[in-house]
Amino acid sequence: MLLTVVVLLPLAAAALLLAVPALAGRAAIWVWIAASAADLALVAWMWWRYDPGRGATGVVGNLAYEVDLQWIPTVDAGYHIGVDGLSLPLLALTGVLFLACAVWSLREPDRPRTQAALFLFLQTACLGTFAALDLILFFVFFDLTIVGMYFVIAGWGHGNARRSALKFFLYTFLGSLALLVGFIGLFLGSEERTFDMVALAENPPLTDSPLAGGLVLLAIGLGLAVKTPLFPFHTWLPDAHTDAPAAGSAILAGILLKLGTYGFVRIAMPILPDAWQRWAMVVVVVGTISVLWGAFVALAQTDVKRMIAYTSVNHMGYVLLGLGAAGLVGQADEEARTIATVGALYQMVSHGLLTGALFLLSGVLWSRGQTYAFDHWGGLARPAPVFAALLAVAAFGSLGLPGFASFIAEFQIFTGALQAAPVATVLAVTGILVTAGLFLVALQRLLTGPTAVPSLPDGSSPDDQAAAAAPSSSPTQDGATATAVRPRTATGMRDVHGAELAAVVPLLALAVLLGLFPRALLDVIEPAAAAVAQLVAR
Amino acid sequence: MNDPMGGMTGAGEEALALLPELLLLLGAGGGLLLGLWTPQHRQWRVRAVVIVACLASAAAAAVVFSDPPTRVFEETWVIDGTTGIVRIVVALSAAVAVFLASSSLAGHPRETEAYVLMLLGALGTIALAASGDLLLLVAAYLLASIPLYALAGFAKDASGTEATLKYYLMGAFVGVLMMVGVTSLVLATGTTGYPELATLLPEAPAALLAVGVIGVLAGVGFKAGAVPVHFWVPDVTAGTTPAMAAYITTIPKIGAVAAAFRLLAEPFGGVPLDVPLLVAVIAALSMTLGNLAAFNQTDVSRLLAYSTVSQVGYLFMVVAVAGRTDLALPALAIYLAGYAITNLGAFAAVAAFPEARSISDWAAAAGRNRWVVVSLVVCLLGLVGTPPTAVFVGKLAVFTATWDGGLAWLVVLAAVNTVASLFYYLRWIAPAAATRDVPAGGGTDGGASTVTVGRAVRTAPVVTLHVAAIASVLLGAGSGLWLAVVVPG
Repeated sequence: MLLTVVVLLPLAAAALLLAVPALAGRAAIWVWIAASAADLALVAWMWWRYDPGRGATGVVGNLAYEVDLQWIPTVDAGYHIGVDGLSLPLLALTGVLFLACAVWSLREPDRPRTQAALFLFLQTACLGTFAALDLILFFVFFDLTIVGMYFVIAGWGHGNARRSALKFFLYTFLGSLALLVGFIGLFLGSEERTFDMVALAENPPLTDSPLAGGLVLLAIGLGLAVKTPLFPFHTWLPDAHTDAPAAGSAILAGILLKLGTYGFVRIAMPILPDAWQRWAMVVVVVGTISVLWGAFVALAQTDVKRMIAYTSVNHMGYVLLGLGAAGLVGQADEEARTIATVGALYQMVSHGLLTGALFLLSGVLWSRGQTYAFDHWGGLARPAPVFAALLAVAAFGSLGLPGFASFIAEFQIFTGALQAAPVATVLAVTGILVTAGLFLVALQRLLTGPTAVPSLPDGSSPDDQAAAAAPSSSPTQDGATATAVRPRTATGMRDVHGAELAAVVPLLALAVLLGLFPRALLDVIEPAAAAVAQLVAR
Repeated sequence: MNDPMGGMTGAGEEALALLPELLLLLGAGGGLLLGLWTPQHRQWRVRAVVIVACLASAAAAAVVFSDPPTRVFEETWVIDGTTGIVRIVVALSAAVAVFLASSSLAGHPRETEAYVLMLLGALGTIALAASGDLLLLVAAYLLASIPLYALAGFAKDASGTEATLKYYLMGAFVGVLMMVGVTSLVLATGTTGYPELATLLPEAPAALLAVGVIGVLAGVGFKAGAVPVHFWVPDVTAGTTPAMAAYITTIPKIGAVAAAFRLLAEPFGGVPLDVPLLVAVIAALSMTLGNLAAFNQTDVSRLLAYSTVSQVGYLFMVVAVAGRTDLALPALAIYLAGYAITNLGAFAAVAAFPEARSISDWAAAAGRNRWVVVSLVVCLLGLVGTPPTAVFVGKLAVFTATWDGGLAWLVVLAAVNTVASLFYYLRWIAPAAATRDVPAGGGTDGGASTVTVGRAVRTAPVVTLHVAAIASVLLGAGSGLWLAVVVPG
């Protein structure tokens, strides 16, 4: 019941916002903040009351806050939700990141009421996906996140927002339908004909038919790989990120990408252990390619936001490396495979926090100069020391410096994977070097040297980004681009202030805390990761 | 109703089994008589009578739903789960369609006639679904077709006339094909009843059987608007008024798909030809060609017309596996209901702004009315099959049933087609959703309010649109309840 409230509370707030026109402007954002804060408080309460247990628990048993209601009895799909060590950290991450985005949006000038309602709707969809223990319910929420994010990008994006939104929708919708086909395969392959994840994981389907199992894993893997995104299905990501608003990017990278990796841990590994073991090396290879591809392509970017977007491909590659290694049952003992799984789960949380912060910080650049291009910015450390400090912290965190959550995560992934896939692991470690290099170069370009700030807003910038600035003076016929009057700032970098600070600092603080005191999170994750490692070895 | 005098009591009881159909007929006859004696400005009475008749018919069908399946009138008329579903869905859809048409028909000199024809068409549709005999199927085909020819050209304008002519010629041609098919089946077996056909057809000569199967399927395919007899769909939809288009693309399809379902489950179930594969190919072609043709449409009516062609493809998937899996009937039940609601909603969006023909005009006209846009988005995404709408549950059930029936390739094709269909629905959604309105105190400069065209907003279609959007979501969320009612056990 509590979990249902957590999932549906944002949706109720969204309905309230739409139903009461008086809640416009700043008031709408305050409602959003209040709803997100209340939701986060409830998640915190759930965490406080949650008993992670000892040894391997979760996934197929000991699920907390469980609710199981019939929905479509003819195909045994139900409203089955619950919490275990896999989902609780991600539910908490969702709560934190959405609250940060709500605070960030306090100064949002463009249709704040609709935006707040849309984000609250999106929050329900994300929480629901993480809480779902039924394949169809998972799919319902999974698809709704796509719809919600489409409208966020199309409605509040900049640049070529509509095209990017369309690309995002088509790509991820294709992925979601592959996922649906895979789910139907699981349903028809299971003995008792059910969509219930727990029942399916207890009694895995298709164990006696490797071909069918492999094809179903292919369908599910394809669906999740588009979402994650893994090379070569990542091409929607940079466009969607570049043109999305800052808060939308933070959610897209911080939460929505996790839906893909979470699907691997929650669905692909426990329900198709046989096929996962057989194809684990492919997963490792795809993960490693994503690591290297993401890192090197990020290195070549001239646009801050695109660069951060590609590092997401890199970071998600580590997760897949860990999960693939967890499936190499023959080559590694259970302890190593558990460590790899723990690392992968830890990486999801740390990436959510750090990339969320990075995207919000890149939003500062947009709000000051309406461009992300590296060559328009320079020497920002002098006019904006707080911004420089925050960006440096986030960048160092993201490259995996000890003391940050990402270090704990990547260290465990490499430790766990080394025994099973030594070559891939060594290759992936070089990815860290490249990432370190690119973040340092980025910091150097943005923060050091002579101060350079693009003039705003009608400075005749040769960049195509200038097109986005035009509509504020002449609204287009179809209203395709933002018509908001952005707060005019003096030519000169205004430092991070008020709401922006309140949104970014907690994310970075959490990333540091989880890097210094990992036990709090590990206690929750480890039993579930051990359970996954055991289930996949069946 | 012209029962033979002998066995009067038996026939009387059997006639009572057709109470839902009798109520529709009563509504049609009563409405016609009432309309003759009602002044022009009071024609709303006829509308009320007709809608009440539809609702009563649906209620009567719901009451007898859980009764055991029977075949009445010498086993020509089947009353079972499939018929029950069609009775309820068609009667309710007809009520919605009449309400939807009311705003464009009000004050029309032939208002009564339109309602009566709509009711008769609905009656023919139910007869299609309930046919347990080839001759009744032919009669039902005619009853479900002829009123629609008149309705298609009801406005008596050039495009409507052209639409009617095209519809009529195609219908007459396919009707002949169908009768040739029926004749060959009769030649092969000497009977027209489905149960006898089911036992005799497996031994029938292959050539006669093939002609028969193709002819009869062409007939129901035409009513459903399936490829390759779909050519009338876009022209009729774009040529007639939006409200009539909603009726023509929704109601007959329901009965035709159910009739095809029954044909495959019963008489064609054991024939040596691979009829399921034939239907699967029809389904594949319908969804693919419908989608491809819809890609570049800029006229909202034509876009929806091709969308209905592709929707028939998904519906025919479940026809292909009729009788081969237990999951088929629930899938049919939920998809038919979901399709009817959602399609009526989408056409109601067109009917709300009758002057706006193209997507951009529509977006401009609807720009001020945010809730209309929201409901349209729900309906269009519903047609895509986005959860939690009814069509999503329908698609899920249809995909599952089709795979279970051994046609996994068709499921993959349908999934790819679903993604493709998203593209053209988004071509409508994106401009509609992007048109700015000015939220109170929202702080925008309001410079984007450039709405100039199509200020005429019709109330009844807007109400229909909202109701359809809500019902689509409710039916999706409550699909378990609907299925528990219509497919007990």
